Amino acid sequence: MLDERPSAAELIAAVAEFLEKEAAPSLPGATAFHAKVAVHALRIVERELRLSGELERREIEVLRGRLDRRDGTLEELNRELCRRIENGEIDPEDAGLRAELMERVVARMAVDSPRYASLVRG
Amino acid sequence: MTTIVDETSVLRVLGDAFPGPVRVTKVAALTGGASAETCAVDVVDGAGVTHALILRRSAGDPSMVFDPGVRKREEALTQAAGARHGVPAAEVLAIFEGDVSLGDGYVMRRLEGETIPRKLMRDDRFAGARKVLIDECARALAAIHRTPVSELPLAPAPSVTSQLDTLESLHRGFGVPVPTFSLVFRWLRSRIPPARESALVHGDFRTGNLLVDERGLAAVLDWELVHLGDPLEDLGWFCVPAWRFGSPLPAGGFGDRASFFAAYERAAGGSVDPDHARFWEVFGTLRWGVICQWQAFAHLEGRAPSVERAAIGRRVTEVELDLLLLLEGKL
Repeated sequence: MLDERPSAAELIAAVAEFLEKEAAPSLPGATAFHAKVAVHALRIVERELRLSGELERREIEVLRGRLDRRDGTLEELNRELCRRIENGEIDPEDAGLRAELMERVVARMAVDSPRYASLVRG
Repeated sequence: MTTIVDETSVLRVLGDAFPGPVRVTKVAALTGGASAETCAVDVVDGAGVTHALILRRSAGDPSMVFDPGVRKREEALTQAAGARHGVPAAEVLAIFEGDVSLGDGYVMRRLEGETIPRKLMRDDRFAGARKVLIDECARALAAIHRTPVSELPLAPAPSVTSQLDTLESLHRGFGVPVPTFSLVFRWLRSRIPPARESALVHGDFRTGNLLVDERGLAAVLDWELVHLGDPLEDLGWFCVPAWRFGSPLPAGGFGDRASFFAAYERAAGGSVDPDHARFWEVFGTLRWGVICQWQAFAHLEGRAPSVERAAIGRRVTEVELDLLLLLEGKL
C-alpha cells in the first residue's frame, strides 16, 4: 500500500460517510436501501484494507503448519486444505483443525461482519 | 418488473370462482421476486361481496434464483392439499396455466398479518403471538407432514446423499475454497440419518415466510420449494441461524429447540431425535452458505449484477462461524 494521506482506507471511509449521511437520506425507497447496502460493502473494504496484511500473514503461517509446507499463497494453501479434507487425508473431527478454522473465521469476521449476533454472543 | 396484470386478465384467470358479473376494483403489485410476481387484487362479485385476493404468477427468469422450485400449478395444488389437512394457509381459488398474458399462476385469498421478522420479534402488538408461535409452528409442521402423499403432484423424494451431492457440486463449481464447508460436507456425509417414509416437506418453513397476527400464526406462505423427503428437514431449516434475525433463540428466533421439538412431538406423535434434527439444521446452514455464494456469483458472472448480491457473498464468513459453533453445540 502507498504511504499517501488520505490512505485507501481513509478514502473509502470518506465515501461511505458521504453515501450514508448525505446521499442515502435524499434517495427514494429501493435506491436508499441499495445505498445502505453499498455503505455496508464499503465498510468491509475499509476494514479489509486495514486488517488484511496481518490476517493473511497469520492464516498462511497456520496453513503451512497444518499442511507441512514451506511455501504457497493463501489461495493455494486453502485449496490444498480443502482437497485434503475432501479426500479424507485430514479428519473432519480433528480438534486442532476445528480450532484453526475457528481462529481463521473469527479473525475474518472482524473484516466481514464484526457485529454479527453469533460473534458478539460467542 | 412491469406488471401486465390488468382487469381483463384477472377476470379470465378467475374463471367461475365467483358468481358473476365480477368487477375488479384494485390491482397492486406487491413483491417483485426474481422468478415470481405477486399482486394484491380486489374484486366485487355479482352479489356485491368484496373479495381480497392474491394473484401469484411465474415471471422473470427462473435462472435468477437459487432454486425456482416446483411449477405454480404444483405449488398451488400442494398448498391446497395442506390447507385441506389442517395447515393454516390461504384458500386457493383458481389455478391457471398458459394464459395469454399471465402465463402460469394461481389466485388465493388475501389474509391479514405481518411477516417482517424484526417487527414480529420486537413490536408490543405481537407479544401475545410470540407466546404461542412456537407451538403453532410445530402444529402447522405436523399438519404439513401428515398431508397424504397420494394427494400431492410431487416427484419421489431424492436420497439425502443426492441432496448433499447436488449442494457440494454447486459449491465446488464456484472454485472458491472454503475449508469449513469442506469439513461440514464430510461431517454430514458420516451422519446421514436412516431413510424413513417420505412426507410432504414445505422446504422454506421459516421466520419471514410466516404470516402472523396478534393471536399467532395466521398462514404458512411461500410454498414453491415443496418436495417429498424427510420431515425433519423442515424442523432443521426452521432453526438455521440466518432465520433467527439476531435473536438468541434457535427455533425461528422465538423459542428453544427442546420446547419446539416437544410441541412437534405432541402434534405429530412419535419422538424427535435431537441429533437427527441437528443433521438437518447443519445441512440447512450449509445450504444457506451455498446460497450466499450462489448470489455472489450471479453478480460476478454478470447474470444479475447488483450491489446487494455482491455484498451477500461476504456473508459466507458468518455461515462458517455458525457452522463451527453448531458443530461444537454452542449455537
